[in-house]
Amino acid sequence: MTADKDNKAKTAAADQSDTDRDFWELRLYVAGQTPKSLTAFANLKRICEEHLQGKYTIEVIDLLENPRLAQGDQILAIPTLVRKLPEPVRKIIGDLSNEERVLIGLDLRPR
Amino acid sequence: MPTGISGRLRQRFTAWGKSSPAASTDVSAAAATTSRMGCGTHERRKCVVPDPPIGNRGRNGCLYRRPTKPDREEMNVARTKRTSEPSALPKAPTGIIGFDEITFGGLPKGRPTLVAGEPGSGKTLFSSEFLVRGITQFDEPGVFMAFEETAEDLTKNVASLGFDLNDLVRRNKLAIDFVYVERSEIEETGEYDLEGLFVRLALAVQQVNAKRVVLDTVEALFSGFTNPSILRAELRRLFRWLKERDLTAVITAERGENTLTRYGLEEYVADAVIVLDHRVHDEISTRRLRVVKYRGSSHGTNEYPFLIGDRGISVLPITSIGLHHVVSSQRISSGVAGLDLMLGGRGYYRGSTILISGTAGTGKTTFAAHFAKKLCQDGGRCLYLPMEESPSQIVRNMHSIGLDLQPCLKKGLLRFEPMRSTLYGLEMHLLTIHRLVEEFKPDAVVLDPITNYLAIGAEADIKSLLTRVTDYLKSQRITTVMTSLTHGGETIEGSNAAVSSLVDTWILLRSVECSGERNRVAYVLKSRGMSHSNQLSEYTLSADGVRFIQPYIGPAGALTGSARVSREAIEQAQAAEASQQIDLKRRELDRKRRMLDAQIALLQARFEGEQQETEQAIAQQRTRADILQQDRRDIAKLRHIANHGREQPARAKSANKGKKK
Repeated sequence: MTADKDNKAKTAAADQSDTDRDFWELRLYVAGQTPKSLTAFANLKRICEEHLQGKYTIEVIDLLENPRLAQGDQILAIPTLVRKLPEPVRKIIGDLSNEERVLIGLDLRPR
Repeated sequence: MPTGISGRLRQRFTAWGKSSPAASTDVSAAAATTSRMGCGTHERRKCVVPDPPIGNRGRNGCLYRRPTKPDREEMNVARTKRTSEPSALPKAPTGIIGFDEITFGGLPKGRPTLVAGEPGSGKTLFSSEFLVRGITQFDEPGVFMAFEETAEDLTKNVASLGFDLNDLVRRNKLAIDFVYVERSEIEETGEYDLEGLFVRLALAVQQVNAKRVVLDTVEALFSGFTNPSILRAELRRLFRWLKERDLTAVITAERGENTLTRYGLEEYVADAVIVLDHRVHDEISTRRLRVVKYRGSSHGTNEYPFLIGDRGISVLPITSIGLHHVVSSQRISSGVAGLDLMLGGRGYYRGSTILISGTAGTGKTTFAAHFAKKLCQDGGRCLYLPMEESPSQIVRNMHSIGLDLQPCLKKGLLRFEPMRSTLYGLEMHLLTIHRLVEEFKPDAVVLDPITNYLAIGAEADIKSLLTRVTDYLKSQRITTVMTSLTHGGETIEGSNAAVSSLVDTWILLRSVECSGERNRVAYVLKSRGMSHSNQLSEYTLSADGVRFIQPYIGPAGALTGSARVSREAIEQAQAAEASQQIDLKRRELDRKRRMLDAQIALLQARFEGEQQETEQAIAQQRTRADILQQDRRDIAKLRHIANHGREQPARAKSANKGKKK
């Protein structure tokens, strides 16, 4: 599973320069390995693979490690997925178990 | 390995995957050993995650059970035992003027306090002052978590109170974290918690080593997140989190329609609840503060008016907690000799409260000015607060009766601080008085006239204001002279009921109308602790100021004005007549005495003449007898020579004697 993601991330990085609009830069904020965080990560990965194959990066930020980063993106809820690109910035909170809503949140589905 | 995932997390993820069987053995071991908690997961979870969120999540098939009610109670007991071991609840002083007084020391230390109030009631100001004073006065660094204002806005807003937040942040004493929640930007999918908030708070607390925390206002979360059950659980956890870290926290909340707070935060913060209020009465707004609840401590339960001045919040206790001011037996002249006489000859007590009430034009201001002048002449400092006249007008008017206040003003002993009563609310007046007194440090304060306050408050409010003023001034041992206008037609004592019980000396001025004229009379209605005149004394406002006139007291009663003058004239005439009569009588007596004296002299002269004559006659007689005897002796001698044998000289002698007779 991890190797898979590695490949995707690489390809995504390669694609970035070509089509900025069509590239998803995602950040997942977690605080330690809580079940919710694990679920969220797993869910995110699955959704990305399914809908955004090859054009996304996921950066996982553990706030227990880097608490200072919470302020910048105004993180309150854990887990929070932040879509840095494409703009505008969007936030999706929760364990991302509701795929429909995640897709709406990422603007992959019309609201 | 994936590169997008942070290395550390990756490690953790794998570590978790590997260690899970081991962890589950831990569970059983923990469950066996810690039977009190009932749930091994809880214990274990505590060990693994430094600061875990609470939730009913299952993990590894092991159901996490929340501690049951008895468990929780046991925990609570343990906690309270720990914190309440010292007899008194430890308190964190806020440094807010007056607030620490009514709470007997401040907010509960290491516990959260809820501050509820309507918009604009001063919640943010209260909490920021709590933090700033904590830093500057008690060396307790603080964290301000703002949910509504950005750090810049907050800094600007409190700068008006003289707080420099930027400086405190620079000195690493204060951390401001602006938490921004916007629902439209957030999509909720499934379970979440607010660990991010905790992380941020923990970071800020750690940064400045905070002892105090403000959450202003945490209710903003309710508009940001849709799932109230998660939110409530998280808030509960947040308050416990604060308590566990011994942080003295202030949580602000909006006032609800019928409840204390809109979202029922009082449910979670149960240690102390303070309600701020902002009411408008007769177009004058008053801020009030009330300590609704203070667990484990006594507190003043009243509504206390408070002010937001340029030095922050001042809470004004309606009355000082005790009546313990030390009184002086020193006397201070009223500045009017006649009045001093009426007050046992020595004037007011120093530090007492004097009310001079009277109808229009009876000279209340004049009496007050006399007092001020006399005090300043004796080197005292007087603060004069006129509410109807401008200082220059008072100086001019007093000059017309020969009272020159200019030298006192020049010497800086007298200070006028005119304030229109309607300019601001009662509390602001009180604050102004406090501030002026602190600044000028007077020996006496003149309030002229207090009845002007009626324009800005109900009688009860004025009474509370004046009580506080007099209490404050008394505690500072400052003599207070208040004047009060009585309207014609009112019973003169009744109209001042609001303050009559507060004052120590009450002087009533009134005009007495009779025989087509008005005359001013003064009397001392009461004067605590001294013998005072019971007489109505007439006085005039002459070119030398107030002059008391010896009262006419006679069989015709007490008279004033021309009646007194005419009565006095009559009496003078009567007296003159009487004295003339006496003179006449005296003169007659004198004459009689002189006559008698002359007679006595005459008689004496006559007697002396007679005496002389008699004495002369006696002397002549004596001389004659002597001569006769001599003659006889001479004859006898002769005879003896002639009749030598005759022996009868004795017979001849006796015959001589008979002839003499």
